[in-house]
This record gives sequence, C-alpha cells and structure tokens, in this order.
Amino acid sequence: MAGTAEPTDAKRPRVGLFVTCLVDLMRPSVGFAAVKLLEAAGCEVEVPRAQTCCGQPAYNAGDRETAALLARQTIEALESFDYVVAPSGSCAGMLKRHYPELFHKDDPFRERATGLAKKVYELVSFLVDVRAMTSVAARLSGKATYHDSCSGLRELGIRAQPRKLLATVAGLELVEMAEPEACCGFGGTFAVKYGEISNAICEQKTARISATGCDLLLAGDLGCLINIAGKLSREGRPIAVRHVAEVLAGMTGTAPIGGTK
Amino acid sequence: MKPTAHTFPANATKALADPNLQIALGKLRTNYVGAIAAARARLPEFETLRDEARDIKNHVLAHLDLYLEEFERKVTEVGGVVHWASTHAEARALILDICRKAGAKTVTKGKSMISEEIALNDHLAANGIEPVETDLGEYLIQIRNEPPSHIIGPAVHLTREQVEADFRRLHTHLPKGRSLGEATELVAEARGILRERFLAADVGITGANFLIAETGTTVIVTNEGNGDLTQTLPKTHIVLASIEKVVPTLEDVSTILRVLARSATGQEISTYTTFSTGPRRPGDPDGPEQFHVVLLDGGRSEILGTEYRDILRCIRCGACMDHCPVYHAVGGHAYGWVYPGPIGAALNPALIGLEEAGHLPNASTFCGRCEEVCPMRIPLPRIMRFWREKQFALGRTGAPAKRAMRLWAWFARRPALYHLGARIAMPLLRLAARGRGRFHKLPQMGGWTDHRDFPAPEGSTFQAQWAKRRGGLP
Repeated sequence: MAGTAEPTDAKRPRVGLFVTCLVDLMRPSVGFAAVKLLEAAGCEVEVPRAQTCCGQPAYNAGDRETAALLARQTIEALESFDYVVAPSGSCAGMLKRHYPELFHKDDPFRERATGLAKKVYELVSFLVDVRAMTSVAARLSGKATYHDSCSGLRELGIRAQPRKLLATVAGLELVEMAEPEACCGFGGTFAVKYGEISNAICEQKTARISATGCDLLLAGDLGCLINIAGKLSREGRPIAVRHVAEVLAGMTGTAPIGGTK
Repeated sequence: MKPTAHTFPANATKALADPNLQIALGKLRTNYVGAIAAARARLPEFETLRDEARDIKNHVLAHLDLYLEEFERKVTEVGGVVHWASTHAEARALILDICRKAGAKTVTKGKSMISEEIALNDHLAANGIEPVETDLGEYLIQIRNEPPSHIIGPAVHLTREQVEADFRRLHTHLPKGRSLGEATELVAEARGILRERFLAADVGITGANFLIAETGTTVIVTNEGNGDLTQTLPKTHIVLASIEKVVPTLEDVSTILRVLARSATGQEISTYTTFSTGPRRPGDPDGPEQFHVVLLDGGRSEILGTEYRDILRCIRCGACMDHCPVYHAVGGHAYGWVYPGPIGAALNPALIGLEEAGHLPNASTFCGRCEEVCPMRIPLPRIMRFWREKQFALGRTGAPAKRAMRLWAWFARRPALYHLGARIAMPLLRLAARGRGRFHKLPQMGGWTDHRDFPAPEGSTFQAQWAKRRGGLP
C-alpha cells in the first residue's frame, strides 16, 4: 500500500485487533478490511479469541458491575500487545477513556486498564497518527460523504484522519454534508428505548446526507452506520452505506450495509 | 410548576407531532449553533477562560458557606436584607410577605429561572398580587400560560405567527388593522404594553446571574433592558437567586461573563450587564428604597459533596440544549420541568427526584456535544450515567431490559460459547432476511423497526472466518 512510512524499528509492532461485537456479528468485512490496512501499515495482526464485547452497552445502561467484568476479560485478552486497534471510535473510546474509570483506585485492574488505555487506538487514527500512513492504494468511483461518529470525534479527536486518507482514494470525490458532527440518533439501546426520538434525529441526518447528492455514506462506527443505513433504505434513498475501512482497504466487493449487491 | 417528566415519552410523541414546534426548533438550530461557534472561535483564549471559570466555581463550591456569609454581610452593610429559604415554599412565603408589606398590587418581573422553579407567579396571583413578566419571551409564555421551553429563550418554541395571533387575541384595545407581520413590530407592541406596567408596579423582582461576595452586589445579564426598568422603577427590589450563584469577586464575574454571552447567544457580551448594590443612597438619582435578596437552597446544599456536584457550576447559558440532538427533536417542554435539555437531565433528578425525572438521563445518545460546548466544563454525560447507575442499583431499570442485558452479558463473558452461538445464529439471521439484506420488522425491536429497516448480518461471523483462514478450528 502506497504512502506508508516503513517502520524504523525492524520489528513489526504486534497489534491486537479488537474486532468489536458489531463487526464480528454483523459485518465481518470491516474486520478483514482492518486487518488488510494494518498489515499494509507494517503491523503483525492477531485476533485473540477471548474477546467478545467491550461492555459499553452495560456501562451505558448503568450496569457498572457487568461492564467491569467484561472490561477485565478484554484487558486480559489484549494487554500483551504493543497496540490494540478497533474499527470503531465508540469501542476504542470505551477502552481508552472509560475502562480506567470502572475500577476503584485500589483495584489492581485500575493500573492494568490505564496501561491498556495508552495502547488503544481507533483504526483510521492509528494508521495516520501512529503509522504515519499518508495515502492508500484503493480505487472507487463515486461521490461520498463522511459522518463523524460522536465518540470517535469527541472522545478521540478523529476528524481529519479519515478525510486525509479518503482524499487519496482514486476516483472518489468527498463532499461534506452540513453538520457532519451532529449525532445520527443511534446511542445504543437509546435507538430502541426512545425509538421515535432516535428516528427524528436520524431523519435530520439522512436529509443532510441526501442534500449532498452523494451515492455513498461513510463513517467509522458500525452502530451509526446500521442506524443510518436502516433509515436511508426505509426512506428509499439510493445511497450506499459502508464503513470507511472497506473503502480505504479497497474491499468494496461485498454488498453495502443493508443492501443486496 | 408541577413536573410531567415521568411522562417524557408521551410528551416527546406530542412534541414530534407539533408542526409549529418543529418549525421553531429548526430556527433554533440554525440561529444559535453557528453564532456560538463563531463567537468562541473569535476569542483565542476561550479554552483557557473555560478552565478559569470552572476553577472559580469549584473554589466557591468548596467554600460555599463562607462566601454566602460574606455576601450577606456586605448586602447588610449597604442597607439591603438577605433572606434565607431552604425550600420552594419558604421562598414563596418570604417574597409574598415582602410584597404585602410593600402594599403591592402589581409586581414586575425580570427573567428568573428560580421564579419558575418555585412557581412564584401562581403563588402571587393566588394571593391577589398580579405578576407581570417583562422579558419578552417570559411575557409571551405568561400570556399563553405555558412554562419556559429554554433557559435563555423561554419562548423559542413559538413561531412568529403564533405570537401575532396571541397579540391580536389579547391586545384588543389596539387597532385591528395594525401591521404585525415583522418581529420588530411584535417587539414594539409588547414594549408599549409593558411600559405602562413598569410605571404602575409596586415591587420589582429579578433573578441574578451572579452574587458577588466581596461587594454584596447582584448581577443580571439581559438583552432587552427590561431588567433595569424592573429593578429601578418600583420602590422595592427583590432579587431571587439560588445559593450557587455566588462568586468571590468582581474580577471573577468578569472572567465568567466572557464565556457566558458567547455560549448563550454568540454575543461578545450581552446588551445589558447590570450590577445592583443595595437600595438607593441619599443623593442617588434613582433606585429602589428597599433591596431584598431571597436566597434559595432548594436541595442544592445536598448536591455538594456528591458525585454530581459539578452541575452546580452551571451558569444557565443554554449551550447544552442548543447543541443537543434530543432537545433539537422534542424541544424543552417534553422534559417536563423547569430545566430542559442536558442540564435538566443531569440536574432535575437531584431537584425533583429520580422517580419523577428518571427518563431524562436515559433519553440521551451520549453524543457528548453538551459537554464539549459547556463553558463550565460540566461532564453532563457522566452525570447522566451516574443517574442510570443509581436507577440500575435501585432496580428501576425495566425488568425485561435488565434480563436481556444480563443474558447477553452471561454469554459475552464466556467467549468460547459466545463465538459458537454467534457462529450458529448469524447465518440463520442472514437466512431469515431472505435475500433482502435487511429486516422490515423484528420482534422486540419495534422502537427501531417502526421507523427504520434493520440491516441483516453478512452471515458467518468474523471470528469464524478468521479461525478458518488461520487453519484452526472455528
């Protein structure tokens, strides 16, 4: 893959891929795109079997105890790697920003959580900020717009990195929608518990997406993508939805999210 | 006001179906968000000022008793009187008493959220004293008998057409054919009506954005000048404020003012910033003869020392609601009590109880934009999460939701079993979509599928495919 600075260290960093439960269950293609990108960036990728979910659904539901149990499991599975990378700003944010808060300061897991947090990155920001990737070899003709997922944007500062790499995808025109930083209304269980409000928020998002005239919506978080894809298809808007990693890895052979071909 | 926060979902349904409200909310989004961002961007030291403002309030909250006592001492020195009210009822009684002693028939009022909190207008009216709101937005909701829907723009839920219709209905002494098509004409008409009321008022009641301990001064920030007329024309001025409004010095107020207007309206500074120190002195050209400050606790001292004490730093700018996707969708009334939006979701459970306000901290996507724009750096999502944890611990999280969460967690904590289950379930789910790539309906997921399709999974899980690729057993 072009534009990747060769690691100065002869040793390839060992990256533990935190697949995330949504990618594992719903859209494995995103995981394989992440592996391809990480390998292109000179990393040795491993996927520990002992991972499932980061525990964020429990954490946001007020079930701190369950969240802490899942955090322990995830920390044990991932702490031995040089880096831990997730194709999701939301899950990476959970590991990086919230895990340390889950443990009392006397709990030995507090220190282990803090240690893990330092090594955790969201995929695209890892490629750009840590691996100094400046371009990708992918090609895709079309007009895309990028939605800034809330956790990635506000917890991890991801805004420029995906745009920087997308700008190097041959044939792809990137158009900004109005208020790309506005929430899509997903919010985990919020989308079901307060479905009507969630839907109203999402309608505003899809209207702004549609106004760009693009044929492809991209984002870095599967939660938002599933929500937006579901709304776009219900509204009958012919806009394909994909995770940004699929496009950056040049792996757009699979059907878009919620699509058939 | 009687809270209706417990019916939040029904309130929200009503709000989403209200076309006037939806038009008004659309305008709020376009008007405030850009102006606030521009004002912040114009001030390079804005982020530093946020830190300073946060630190000032944190210091005050750590020494609240000392600063309140100093404030009282200074107010007394300059000839004013401080009254302490621990409850809403006490505050109402104190104010009624002052009004009665002043022989008041009419009371003019500047904008005050604490007045809304203690439902002062109803109490005065029930006791034969007419309250007249003089802030334009407050005047509008008073004539409509509605609560405010926004902290700084109480009537942001109304369209110009609705206001025109109300004015034509109520101001019947004015010519029927008058032009009211422009916002400026509506403002002029309200001003004309309120001017007569200012002159007739016996008591003026204002809120306070700040109470300054070192000088005994109260400060209000307004854009209409109504606050000045409210407090200088009548013989008695009552300031109604909650205890966390105190700051140590004039210098501190100057710092916080620099983040307040920028975060509230996108102005560098509001049109009027009025400092009141005691009653009229001999030789003063104007000012009230009596100066009273009613300080409300209303549950705030119990917030000190809790994990959510940061909410007491709030300066009521409204930026959190201006940027909140949920507020944008349903407006302020749906929240069902005085403080809407993210600050309401964080504060109301403390003030009116978690039983009543339980929905509010749950009705958030945790997008984090409120915390990002809060000039006082209040960690609003963290406080909402605190309330969710409290509800979970109290067993108030709905039983089916809790069971589903625990069942899912039971599997998630057994990776081998989880992966096996997922390897079997996902391809079946894929088949169930029957080649359409998405579901139009799913059991237990009506909240989602009533409005949106649910994309079907690709089939085989990542872990299963990865294991195969690595030649191992799935």
